[in-house]
Amino acid sequence: MGKEKPKIAFYWCASCGGCDESFLDLAEDILDLVEKIDIVFWPVALDYKRKDLEALPDQSILMTMINGSLRTSEQEEMALLLRRKSKILIAYGTCAHLGGIPSLANQFEREKILEYLYKSAPSVVNKENVLPKIQYDEKGHKVTLPEFRNVVRSLDQVVDVDYYLPGCSPPPKLLKKAFSLLLSQELPSKGSVLAPDIALCYECPRIESKPKDLSIAEFKRLHHTQPAPEKCFLAQGIACIGPATRGGCEARCIQGNMPCTGCFGPTSRVRDQGAKILSALASSVKAKSEEDIDRALSGIPDPVGSFYRYGLAKSLLRVKRIESNNSVESKNNGVEK
Amino acid sequence: MDDLKEEIRIGVYVCHCGTNIAGIIDVKEVSRTAAGLPGVVISRDYKYMCSYPGQAIIQEDIKEYKLTRLIVAACSPLMHEETFRNAAAKGGLNPFSFQMVNIREHGAWVNDDKEAVTMKANDLIRAAVYRIVCHKPFQRTRVDIQPSVLVVGGGIAGIQAALTIANAGKKVFLVEREPTIGGHMAKFDKTFPTLDCAACILTPKMTSVKAHPNITLWAYSEVRKVEGFVGNYKVQVGRKPRYIHEDLCVGCLKCIDSCVYEKPQFPKEFDLGLSKRKPVYIPFPQAVPQIPVIDPETCNKIKFGKCKQLCMEACNERKAIDFDQKEKIEEIEVGAIIIATGFKIFDPKRLPCYGYGIYQNIYTSIEVERLLNASGPTGGKVVLQNGKKPETVGIIHCVGSRDVLNTNSWCSRVCCLYSLKLAHLLKEHTEAKIYNFYIDIRAPGKNMEEFYNRVSKEGIHFIRGRAASVTLDDSDENMSGVVIQAEDTLIGKTLKVPVDMVVLSVGMEPQPDAKEVGRMFSIPCAENSFFLEQHPKLAPVSTMTEGIFLAGCCQGPKDIPDTVAQAGAAASEALSLIDNGYKELEPYTAYIEEDECAGCKTCIPLCPYSAISLHEEKKKAIIQETLCRGCGVCVSACPSGSIKQKLFEDREIFCEINGVLERQ
Ligand SMILES: Cc1cc2nc3c(=O)[nH]c(=O)nc-3n(C[C@H](O)[C@H](O)[C@H](O)COP(=O)(O)OP(=O)(O)OC[C@H]3O[C@@H](n4cnc5c(N)ncnc54)[C@H](O)[C@@H]3O)c2cc1C
Ligand code: SF4
Ligand code: SF4
Repeated sequence: MGKEKPKIAFYWCASCGGCDESFLDLAEDILDLVEKIDIVFWPVALDYKRKDLEALPDQSILMTMINGSLRTSEQEEMALLLRRKSKILIAYGTCAHLGGIPSLANQFEREKILEYLYKSAPSVVNKENVLPKIQYDEKGHKVTLPEFRNVVRSLDQVVDVDYYLPGCSPPPKLLKKAFSLLLSQELPSKGSVLAPDIALCYECPRIESKPKDLSIAEFKRLHHTQPAPEKCFLAQGIACIGPATRGGCEARCIQGNMPCTGCFGPTSRVRDQGAKILSALASSVKAKSEEDIDRALSGIPDPVGSFYRYGLAKSLLRVKRIESNNSVESKNNGVEK
Repeated sequence: MDDLKEEIRIGVYVCHCGTNIAGIIDVKEVSRTAAGLPGVVISRDYKYMCSYPGQAIIQEDIKEYKLTRLIVAACSPLMHEETFRNAAAKGGLNPFSFQMVNIREHGAWVNDDKEAVTMKANDLIRAAVYRIVCHKPFQRTRVDIQPSVLVVGGGIAGIQAALTIANAGKKVFLVEREPTIGGHMAKFDKTFPTLDCAACILTPKMTSVKAHPNITLWAYSEVRKVEGFVGNYKVQVGRKPRYIHEDLCVGCLKCIDSCVYEKPQFPKEFDLGLSKRKPVYIPFPQAVPQIPVIDPETCNKIKFGKCKQLCMEACNERKAIDFDQKEKIEEIEVGAIIIATGFKIFDPKRLPCYGYGIYQNIYTSIEVERLLNASGPTGGKVVLQNGKKPETVGIIHCVGSRDVLNTNSWCSRVCCLYSLKLAHLLKEHTEAKIYNFYIDIRAPGKNMEEFYNRVSKEGIHFIRGRAASVTLDDSDENMSGVVIQAEDTLIGKTLKVPVDMVVLSVGMEPQPDAKEVGRMFSIPCAENSFFLEQHPKLAPVSTMTEGIFLAGCCQGPKDIPDTVAQAGAAASEALSLIDNGYKELEPYTAYIEEDECAGCKTCIPLCPYSAISLHEEKKKAIIQETLCRGCGVCVSACPSGSIKQKLFEDREIFCEINGVLERQ
């Protein structure tokens, strides 16, 4: 190989674009990086086609970072292709790591989603009731679209993943650290999440103000209250997911006077982040009577959205159970057992 | 993973339990299926695994097949987990390399579909096989046991328990809420069925309590805080201010005589308000300790800050009186606790149909006990409000008992018998005509039926039927008499019986603060709020919390003989615990990996045994292992999964779940 620089690829699936942009958060450090690597594929920035990628020898890319969750057949194909071409595959950002916000759609059946988006949403005019189709014949011309799958998945529910960089989006400090780690020869053990394995409270500047006994009487919704700038959010009755969330973000949201919403996902010891924060918060509620419990609950009108905001795809809940026989995923889509 | 290096060789044993299990579960099939599971090297079924030969098979197999794990599918682990752990240990295995599968209570006894329950047994065994692979060896640790006992409540139950333990040479702390010990019994005149004088049999015991070198008596005191665990309870007792120093007072009672109130003016609690006392008083002449109390609500000095304080003068150089006295907290450590907080008498105002508090001459049974008592408000004379002796008395049984709709569902057990006792004593004192209105006469127990026969021969009238109401007798020109209306169910007629005096045989209820007391000691109440025993037959004085025992009516209504017997039992349970000197702790405690804990403090207030605290420098939670009882609350609450529990690690539980679900 000699002086050849290591090849790196970036790709996006179902994502907001924030992850791609986060590379720019490296600021001038990006110049150093580009010195050391050779970016072979990055659809958001470079004009390089799929067939070029296909033409590369297998395993010729040192490292590919894929962001976004996976919903369409095209995203699956790209993930499989990039896996084949790369030595190291990294799930970059919350959506690839855990399914992310898009996976909240797993609460609804595919048909209902399409029905709403193409027919009943108030902003839609669709008199002919056209729904997307995989194939369409227009005077002998075949037009194809990727298939919209039944569920949203995280990257590792489709292909084998080596490492994860958590965050919505991952902070530059962790990205830089990951690059230097992976470009060196000291690879961490496979499956590692490249962030500290301790919950956010540990690095939260407000931890001192968190009392030993929270005794939460009611949960306040953010838009109903003016959070105090220095006091632990939970001590103010505002649901903060920090205690159940991996640290490493340097409490960015909290510094901006917003509670943690859990984007780094759980620590390695937790199977289901939502269930964990739920049981922790339930244990911290003061309620003694049914009415007290109802009052506390009324502050959390959307429990799935509050506790599983980023991780529904990877949680134990995963997806709304659908009773009809053909709607649960077919095997070859690589659904986790 | 490190434990995978170890070779896993599992033995599975399926018990028939005679026909209890084998009668419905196909044990041969279950054993065959188990033999095919990963890691299983030997699988057998046997008639009684817990028998001596059953255990011997296990021990031989451990050697012969070099077993490293043992699974027995049999009854509930509550019955035989210990048996098989011992068998494992005798065979040379770590006792915690064993897992019990309950196919009797969870299988055979609750199913009648043979095929389905056999499948279920297979599933449960598969779960155990998958889980046991993760088991690690553990050692039990030992903790010392404090050789002392706290008794809460100084009624006859608490007194009896305290004396029994003290006589065995162990230290006892007896905490009583009222200014004197004695409880309800101290108020009675005579006791059924023998009619011996209550004071004559009780007061000697009360004085022995005070005099006993091994008993520390804290009357007028209450438990404020309980921490710790079996063998090592740390208890804070609040000694309420009597405004008289117990150690300086000699019990001369001169303060009472000299009080600025020459005449007693305030309702006396001990006589249920039927007599009066001064602001400084003793509840009754034989009170123990013989030390007066000053009631801050009625004392001029304390209430208004102004008084000549003649009591102080009378106390003179002894200087026992101290108006600035405050509650004093005593901290003690004890190995065991006996709860003997007794009962509360039903308040008949809840049943206005009986006219209590509305008409004259309507009394509760306990008030009549005081009226009959020579040291009571009337010196033992039973007279009506007008000073005359009653000529007719109606005794209404079951007031606040056996009445599912309006009051309490239970039978208070003693009311029939004390009603007979009161009928007898009232007849003796007044020669009145006496009517007992009863639903059934319940007189079980030694000499009780004989007592009933004796009283019924004394010319007492018995009317079978729950009294419906007590109303004013308008035919009585003084308007002081009342009429009891009841249906005599034996002749099917409604009767109206005019009487001068009514006695309401009120039932027993749990103490109003039973729930809070229960919470403080971590002992649950039954549905009716009396404290719940661990097992109604086999552990009648134990509670769900190890080292805490029950005695007397706090566990349910009972008479004095039963109370004393139960107090003896509670004392001997406590003694057998503390006399051992140490206790072995189960290893399934929770633990925290320091590096992993984020110091979020979620767990700290949750531990029911106060085992978790925050390390002030490291800012991380720490669990004191000897205090942890392995309830698992903190484990499930820890939001970052940093608290784990031995033998209940996530991995073990997930393996178990996978095992259950993996039916072919
Ligand atoms: C009217 C009547 C007549 C009866 N006559 C007879 C009879 O003739 N013969 C017979 O065998 N039985 C009789 N009984 C039954 C008898 O009263 C009981 O069996 C006996 O009193 C039960 O004793 P105990 O110690 O459990 O409860 P109690 O006598 O109620 O004593 C409990 C003690 O605990 C104290 N205490 C309560 N809570 C606390 C606390 N939190 N902290 C500290 N101290 C506390 C109370 O002040 C009290 O001193 C009669 C009952 C009644 C109601
Ligand atoms: S709960 Fe949230 S605000 Fe409170 S200390 Fe933890 S991360 Fe900070
Ligand atoms: S498991 Fe946790 S909460 Fe339960 S006793 Fe142990 S330390 Fe306390």
